[in-house]
Amino acid sequence: MAKKWNLIVDVARCDNCRLCFLAVKDEYVGNDFPGYSAAQPTHGHTWLDIRRKERGAYPLLEARFMPVMCNHCDAAPCIEAARDGAVRKRADGIVIIDPEKARGQKQIVDACPYGAVYWNEERQIPQAWPFDAQLLDAGWTRIRGEQSCPMDVYRTLKVEDEEMQRIRVEEGLEVLNPELETRPRVYYKNLHVMTRCFVGGSVVEQVDGVEECAAGVEVVLSQGGREVGRATTDTFGEFKIDGLEPGSTGYELEAAGSTGRLTMQVDLGEDSRYLGVLRLTAPSPRFREP
Amino acid sequence: MNLSVLLWGIPQAMRAAARVYPEYAARLKERNLIAQFRLRDKPEGRWIRLDNGRVRTGKGLHAKPDLTLHFQNRAIAEEFLTPPFDLLTRVDAAKNFKIGLEGPDELAVWFMATLARMETITWKAGTDMGDGVVRYANGTNGGPIFVYVKDGKVIRTTPIDFDETDAPSWSITARGKKFTPPRRTTLGAHGACQKSMLYSKARLLYPMKRVDFDPDGERNIANRGKSEFVRISWDEALDIVSKEIRRAKAAGPGAICVANGSHHQWGNLGHYLSAFNRFWNLIGTTRLMHSPDSWEGWFWGAMHHWGNSLRLGCPEFYGTVEDCLKEAEMIVFWSSDPDTTYGFEGARRREWARQLGIKMVHIDPYLNHTAAHLGGKWIAPKAGTDPALAQALCHVWITEGLYDKEFVEKRTTGFDEWKAYILGETDGVPKTPEWQEAETGVPARDVRALAREWGRKKTYLGAGSWGVGVGGACRGPTGMQWARMMTILGAMQGYGRPGSNFGNLQFGAPLDFSFYFPGYGEGSFSGDLAYSANSANNYQRMPHIVTMNSVRQVIPRMWLPEAITQGKALGYATDVGSVQGQFFPVGYPSPGHVPVQMLYKYGSQIFGTMVGGNRWARMYQHESLKFIVNQSVWKEGETPFADVILPACTVFEKWDIGEWYNVGAGYVHHMYSMNNHRVISMQHKCIEPLGESKSDYDIFLAVAERLGLGAVYSEGGTTELDWCKRVFDSSDLSKHISWRQFLKKGYYVVPAESETGRAPVANRWFYEGRKKDTPEPYPLPSDYLGEYLEGIQTPSGKFEFVASTLKRIDDPDRPPLNRYMPTYEDPSREPELAGFPLKLLTGHTRYAFHVMGDDESSSVWGIREHRIEKDGHYYLVARINPQDAASRGIGDGDLVRLWNRRASVVCAAQVTARIQPGVVSAYSGSAQYRPAGEPGRSTDLGGCVNMLNTHKPISSKAHGMRPNTTLIQVEKWTGVDTWQPAETA
Repeated sequence: MAKKWNLIVDVARCDNCRLCFLAVKDEYVGNDFPGYSAAQPTHGHTWLDIRRKERGAYPLLEARFMPVMCNHCDAAPCIEAARDGAVRKRADGIVIIDPEKARGQKQIVDACPYGAVYWNEERQIPQAWPFDAQLLDAGWTRIRGEQSCPMDVYRTLKVEDEEMQRIRVEEGLEVLNPELETRPRVYYKNLHVMTRCFVGGSVVEQVDGVEECAAGVEVVLSQGGREVGRATTDTFGEFKIDGLEPGSTGYELEAAGSTGRLTMQVDLGEDSRYLGVLRLTAPSPRFREP
Repeated sequence: MNLSVLLWGIPQAMRAAARVYPEYAARLKERNLIAQFRLRDKPEGRWIRLDNGRVRTGKGLHAKPDLTLHFQNRAIAEEFLTPPFDLLTRVDAAKNFKIGLEGPDELAVWFMATLARMETITWKAGTDMGDGVVRYANGTNGGPIFVYVKDGKVIRTTPIDFDETDAPSWSITARGKKFTPPRRTTLGAHGACQKSMLYSKARLLYPMKRVDFDPDGERNIANRGKSEFVRISWDEALDIVSKEIRRAKAAGPGAICVANGSHHQWGNLGHYLSAFNRFWNLIGTTRLMHSPDSWEGWFWGAMHHWGNSLRLGCPEFYGTVEDCLKEAEMIVFWSSDPDTTYGFEGARRREWARQLGIKMVHIDPYLNHTAAHLGGKWIAPKAGTDPALAQALCHVWITEGLYDKEFVEKRTTGFDEWKAYILGETDGVPKTPEWQEAETGVPARDVRALAREWGRKKTYLGAGSWGVGVGGACRGPTGMQWARMMTILGAMQGYGRPGSNFGNLQFGAPLDFSFYFPGYGEGSFSGDLAYSANSANNYQRMPHIVTMNSVRQVIPRMWLPEAITQGKALGYATDVGSVQGQFFPVGYPSPGHVPVQMLYKYGSQIFGTMVGGNRWARMYQHESLKFIVNQSVWKEGETPFADVILPACTVFEKWDIGEWYNVGAGYVHHMYSMNNHRVISMQHKCIEPLGESKSDYDIFLAVAERLGLGAVYSEGGTTELDWCKRVFDSSDLSKHISWRQFLKKGYYVVPAESETGRAPVANRWFYEGRKKDTPEPYPLPSDYLGEYLEGIQTPSGKFEFVASTLKRIDDPDRPPLNRYMPTYEDPSREPELAGFPLKLLTGHTRYAFHVMGDDESSSVWGIREHRIEKDGHYYLVARINPQDAASRGIGDGDLVRLWNRRASVVCAAQVTARIQPGVVSAYSGSAQYRPAGEPGRSTDLGGCVNMLNTHKPISSKAHGMRPNTTLIQVEKWTGVDTWQPAETA
């Protein structure tokens, strides 16, 4: 089996520094690479885009970022949509939109379910990030985004498909919109920070009549009697339980500390929920343990 | 060597060079001239005649030489001409008139450069990558880069990946884990966008003149900023500029003022402290005194508690990366967002800290990028109230006994008075967590939890964006109080104790601090000993001719508009040599000097970075400014406010040399410890200058030649490449790599210090009561009380909770005891502020470097967190809380107007919960200025948000801005501009 190019993107590591975005601009704006790509316009195209999402609310707020680029799908809708072989799949897995053959074929832009193909109005061609194939073919071993990234978000891998599937399982990698069955060659790690929700809160307790942060409180989240998550509050009484399905409902949250406990019903909307300040109440004397 | 042999050899060598190098042969055809070498005391010498490239020569004296190089006597001539040349001998001969040049200045410079070129033409730069591609190196403000060039065009710029011949990296072993940094340079965004800036549509490519400016007739001063420009020749431009310099000088000392940005392009030669200062010292100008911008609270406030004046009031940082990783249990980032403003070398170290389980706390009204990335506890005080939160921490520490009592007793003074204030014994108000909650909005329980954690666990305080000062909360009206509180928190926890210190892992990497390479702050070949750190090392190591500005007049930069339009501007000295230096008033006009009538604007635009920018726009149209030059690389918002524009080129189009983040002695000694490796770049001239642009050096040289100062400016025809070699020779580089190797490869990685030879941990000596052992030459010897190296730079030699130097001035904004005073801008106290309910934060920008990189063709404009495109225009992003947006009908991406009585600026809204309600954040890095109507009197569509900030100082006895927490209103932009500035704004 031949070795093919793959890319792993760790979403949890990205902080939108944009050095990969700028590296793509540096590489493609003003440069024609015959056989690979025509020059990218100065503005308007984001062959490597970074999408942002905020989860939660103050003080439990997260800002998350996800690089999105051509997925170099093995079942690429753009190849289907192209006429005259304007989009081709190389033996090493890379999808190339031929800048000559693709002229005028705007349907290639529309075919991409990821919005990763851009229309060059001046040249009348569809364009996408060609996996820096012109560099890989010249001996580079990683994409420019990986070279410039200070956070190690990217890993460029040339491995056999079988090996890639093993890595995928081992590292819990996901692809974007697997239901589309496009079979992307770009894999995501920690994608849940973009696609899933958390519930969190600030647990407080009364100590000698003074409100204090309740540290070390065990918090359990269950659904239909089954535990789905568990956390211990930190110094500030805060906890977070992640990985929940957006829109899921019917959760019961239970917190138990040395000074009291609380239970509450929780339903999720499309976004994560910060439950606010949760006050432990002292158990009534008859439940006090001997 | 015998003189007649030496003189005979010169034309022989020229002929030989011309035979081997076609470029040299071509150069010899540039001028026809007769150059005479001779002795002054005897009629002896030799002449050389260049005639259409042919070299003729004769012994003795020529009847009609164009140029004469004369020597005092034979011995001096022989010493001067015998290779290898000794620079000290040559500089000594030149500055003591042992040799002299007679003839037209331009011709003299050309001839001397032609002689020097015989050697430099043999030098080679760059690495052949095959396929016609040459890989050069360069240095940008955002870090060192490789530059790939094909057919005279830059095709690619990348970070520098180190190879196996580069020095090994350091490693730190902490808690059983070994950490080593990645072997490459990581860039700031403003370094990664440089190719787009090089080929930007905004490049100034030709000299230009305002269409309605006639130097000999009507100047139409009021049209500055409005009229178009026409292309003119360099000859015409240089004629106008040199004539105007002569005209202004005739008016009297101080008639010319030069205004540069805070920063320039990277490089020891091209920096304003070098090429620019050297030139203007030779001309004589009213000096524009910069305030300690970005250091305000540290310089004017914190310094009084612990000195550190030569660090502008900030603490030392040696060894803190290793100590923090090994010892610390928590890092408190207080108004500290290094990932935003200082690149990503430190980000890796913070990632290690996270892996080690070191807890993180972030205190900022904005969930800043470092906080969002690292995670941890987010505490968001109302903007500008941070000092109250800090005082409540002190309250918990005192009442619960959670401070370093031994340190407080042995190393500090004034604690009892401080304690009495905190407990409310002096003013009846105990500074409890509940007290601060009313002020800051932070729950009292969070403050108690933080105080207890901090008091029990070894904690690093990352104060400001560097962790050791700078930026953020130190820049607001309460900035001095805040920075002072940071020192006090540090003192109560015994800074210098293992695991307890200042820092956020951004500074203090274990590098070699003994390997000398000059930073830009040392002024390179400027010869300026007064206003750069030249005298510390550079002047001894690189012989060059000293230069001095004979004009003593000074204008505090913040108030240049007032100096011009009102004829008066008083400020206080930015004097880092001592603590009390900052108490000296300086101002304009100065005795015996004349009013400014010519302004030479150099480098980046100031509208985006200085406060109250509408004042500047109006100043430019003031009748008293008879002539304005703007010398810049790019057309920015401020550029058209001129009469003549001179186009400078980028670092890619000229020779320079520089070390990454090495600013030299003088304000941030050893700043390169931010980086994981010391990287020194030969900044290759990768391509020829675009259009007719020239390097700043060549522009100043050309003007100098018009004034008969070319040979002095260039020290007898020294080119930029020659200067690079002189800088190389002056540094320790020459002990480790040959010039030819360095020039070819383009960079050098300084080997890390051995593990056993690493610099001691910052402040440990003070904590332990030993003599100072960290490798910084501060304080100055005269500032020690008793024994040299014992104690710190305060009157007591100890940390002072109550600052005794502040008792020596009467400044209500800086009482000796740092009591809490609410922010200045408060509608309840100043009724004219009613209607402006939102506080504006204008921090340093994330993707540009001040204004550099914020250009219409810059790839940075494609970042939607920087600017957003609407109808073909790119608007600066302003961040606003969803509640504040909803109550104003503002949606994400909408155009909004930020306004008060000083300015009105249109931005694009980013609606985000990351910013607290009541606060708006927009970065002060706009290079654009697009007034909707009359410049200085209408709404700006370009995003100069600093125009909204007051030009009142941080204290009535300081020269420092207070841009953060300014009150504004925000509304949807209707497209119709009716805004007018208030009379007093």
